[in-house]
Amino acid sequence: MNAPDRILPRVGRAGGEAHGVGARLPLVDGVEKVTGAARYTADLPAVGALVGKILRSAWAHAELLEVDVSAAQKLPGVRAVITGDACDMPYGVIPIAQNEFPLARGRVRYHGDPIAAVAAVDEATADAALALIRVKVREQPACFSAADARKPDAVLLHDNKPGNIEREVHNEFGDVAAGFAAADLVREETYQCAEVHHAMMEPNAALAAWDVERGHLTLWSVTQVPYYVHLTLARCLKMEAAHIRVIKPFVGGGFGHRVEALNFEVICALLARAARGTVRLLQTREEAFLTHRGRPETHIRMKLGLTRDGRVTACEAEMVQRGGAYGGYGLVTILYAGALLNGLYDIPAVKYDGYRVYSNTPACGAMRGHGTVNARFAFESLLDTMAGELGLDPIDVRRRNLLKAPTDTINGLKVMSYGLPECIDWVEQASGWRERRGKLVGDGPIKRGLGMACSHFVSGSAKPVHWSGEPHAVIVLKVDFDASVTILTGASDIGQGSSTIITQVVAEVLGIDYSRIRLIATDSAITPKDNGSYSSRVTFMVGNAALDAAENLKRILVTAAAKRLGVSEAEVDWLGEAAAVVGDPSRQIPFADVVEEALVATGTITAKGTFTCPPEFQGGKQRGGAVGSTMGFSYAAQAVEVSVDTELGTVTIDKVWTAIDCGFALNPMSVEGQVQGAVWMGMGQALCEETVYENGRHKAANMLDYRVPTMAESPEIDVHIVESIDPNGPFGAKEASEGPLSGFLSALAAAVEDATGARIRQTPFTPDRVFDALNRNPRPAAAAAANPTATAKGEA
Amino acid sequence: MKKLLTLTVNGRLREDAVAENALLIDYLRDTLGLTGTKQGCDGGECGACTVLVDGVPRLACSTLAHSVEGRSIETVEGLSTAGNLSRLQRAFHEHLGSQCGFCTPGMIMAAEALLRRNPQPSRDEIRAALAGNLCRCTGYVKIVDSVEAASKCGEVTA
Repeated sequence: MNAPDRILPRVGRAGGEAHGVGARLPLVDGVEKVTGAARYTADLPAVGALVGKILRSAWAHAELLEVDVSAAQKLPGVRAVITGDACDMPYGVIPIAQNEFPLARGRVRYHGDPIAAVAAVDEATADAALALIRVKVREQPACFSAADARKPDAVLLHDNKPGNIEREVHNEFGDVAAGFAAADLVREETYQCAEVHHAMMEPNAALAAWDVERGHLTLWSVTQVPYYVHLTLARCLKMEAAHIRVIKPFVGGGFGHRVEALNFEVICALLARAARGTVRLLQTREEAFLTHRGRPETHIRMKLGLTRDGRVTACEAEMVQRGGAYGGYGLVTILYAGALLNGLYDIPAVKYDGYRVYSNTPACGAMRGHGTVNARFAFESLLDTMAGELGLDPIDVRRRNLLKAPTDTINGLKVMSYGLPECIDWVEQASGWRERRGKLVGDGPIKRGLGMACSHFVSGSAKPVHWSGEPHAVIVLKVDFDASVTILTGASDIGQGSSTIITQVVAEVLGIDYSRIRLIATDSAITPKDNGSYSSRVTFMVGNAALDAAENLKRILVTAAAKRLGVSEAEVDWLGEAAAVVGDPSRQIPFADVVEEALVATGTITAKGTFTCPPEFQGGKQRGGAVGSTMGFSYAAQAVEVSVDTELGTVTIDKVWTAIDCGFALNPMSVEGQVQGAVWMGMGQALCEETVYENGRHKAANMLDYRVPTMAESPEIDVHIVESIDPNGPFGAKEASEGPLSGFLSALAAAVEDATGARIRQTPFTPDRVFDALNRNPRPAAAAAANPTATAKGEA
Repeated sequence: MKKLLTLTVNGRLREDAVAENALLIDYLRDTLGLTGTKQGCDGGECGACTVLVDGVPRLACSTLAHSVEGRSIETVEGLSTAGNLSRLQRAFHEHLGSQCGFCTPGMIMAAEALLRRNPQPSRDEIRAALAGNLCRCTGYVKIVDSVEAASKCGEVTA
């Protein structure tokens, strides 16, 4: 696996259950979730809170001539009505691309853009107030596709963005022309991926309390990034950050929807200040679709060169993303899409041209597998097609292009551990690849097939969004008179289990009983700052900070134990729940006594741990080179078995085998859960998920029309864990939650081709598209059957 | 207009003045503080608000509170007995059938109804019975595992 052997610091335990790293532990906050005791933002007690509501644009693109709120303000029970005048500070997660206002100023740019908001004593009054707001507009031409937005005469969404281009990326690494010249086969294809949405189960919600006396604000929200929300509130409300407190309660998933401050959070705070009270703003499911931040519709032109034996000699890709109305994470997405063409295979030359385009649709953003998913679909799909043309097996072709870690990619990314070969081996064996591929088809209208693909993802971005010079992650541990250990972390557990992983790391290092540890997270008044839960950074970065903090605490405790036992520190045998003298187990003191000694003259102990990605990991020197840089790539391979009903065009996933190189499984059960969730989310994008706009109006802004797979159509997903023991991850761990997603799309396309002979290059694979593909491109055998003279025996 | 609503919630008799047009989910969450029952959509799309009415799964978001007058309502909060997790709660916890947890209360209530009418369901029967309950975290595999594990542990809660 190309990673140095690393001895894991295992602590001896006296007969207790495994509770450190590597144990299949339930979530530390799992009991609350299964009993209904877990409080999500909408569940927080808010007796007497005002009801917040947002008036949204009914136009895709319009100049705002007048927003008359006078009648709404006069309605009894209305406590505040605000418009774009309430905030003149544009915001956005990327400091150089801030072009969004919480409430539109002068122009609305998508159907659903917030225009005004009210706070009232109850929901009926708030609704009545919204109905009283009069909006006068002058409609503008609108662009609903990237192609339209890029036309020379297209109306501009943002005056400073000619051509409606948010960001163009052009780079070339290696000699692409020479690569194609050296190839035995060069092919170019186009691929198209529909826009998809996170559809996390918890709708958006915020609760804001304005402290009139002090001029302070407290906001509870569903965010994945409380720290970015905090900064955005300070900016938009022009407040001291010190006067703001942001708390993240339980959060019902995110998948990227909540990795930037969102308009409803700022609006809720603005309303609370205007109403001089507490405002609860619960968003509908439809509003979550309009707030969006999903994966953009993407058009891809992919060109590859292959030698006769399957070596990739060059890759040239052009991608156009329809980004929606505002910047958000857009420039990062378009950079990711190009950067992570590298890092999975050994490719000597890559040219990339990316265009992120503004359009009059809800803003796209980060979504699980950020930037890489559609690019990976195109790359893996074309690789398969060309392998077929060369008569090569898809697995053999991938094996021919493996990296060897440690290595640097041509665009300056570091690959430190690489378990992809073992992932491929397992998938090949588990799926019965050699015996079954190409042999499952069957005679009836239901055709079966097998396909595979590989993928990878970063364990957090090695260069943070804000170059503040702070560490990437900080953990604080507190020990007091009760001999409990409290973990304080800003890391946002949104269901992925970060609180559990952090606890396991601390338990491992200290060796103490799990029940002695409690964890408090994501309250800016209490916990250290954390950048948030995105780009799979938490296990790697916060896990390392937790490891550092626990080691720092352990040093303090060992010193105290030595003092109490009357020996040197080197003579202390640390047993976790007790400390003894080396070689003399009878001289032993319990953990509580160690803590008692440690508190003498100092009182409460706090130990801090940090983690920083060194500069050499922070990417290439090219503009935007930091995007894609990471200290540890996860690797995944997967095989998908399908049944295709050739008469109806329906695709059924029968089984998925996925192998993940997550470095080291800190919690194998959690890794399995993350991998299954990722693969399944890829399946949703591949099979049925798709936002649909008609003249800019969202036609599928609910959980029925935006079709997500139900349990009835979801397959068994077998997971195999490969542990490459990354040299820099905590105990060797890397991410496991995003990498496996992007391989699914092309593995499915390959399986459908294995079953039917038709290669589908557009997601999702809805029955109509599959039916069309089958009838446009009939399987050779089927074509032969339709023509009796061509059959071998002249039968039929 | 409010009128008196009499019903049983988690085994306890309740009498409350409730608006005639109030939904069962709002009565449970706002009047009784039983916030385990979740609103995940704009009505009848996701299953997160599933409760049992006389043992039968119902969407509390699409049920008028007064339409269940005199009936017996069970929510996720009522499953634990004497503080012990129910077989399904324990199985979802121990087998990671719950990640973010937002779909979990509705999922567990739908599964509870399934196990009462079919104590030993096959995995496909579990999939069919819970197909109206959406989850975005798990890919459903460990939810099926959890329900299957609960079905094998024997205890019957009703």
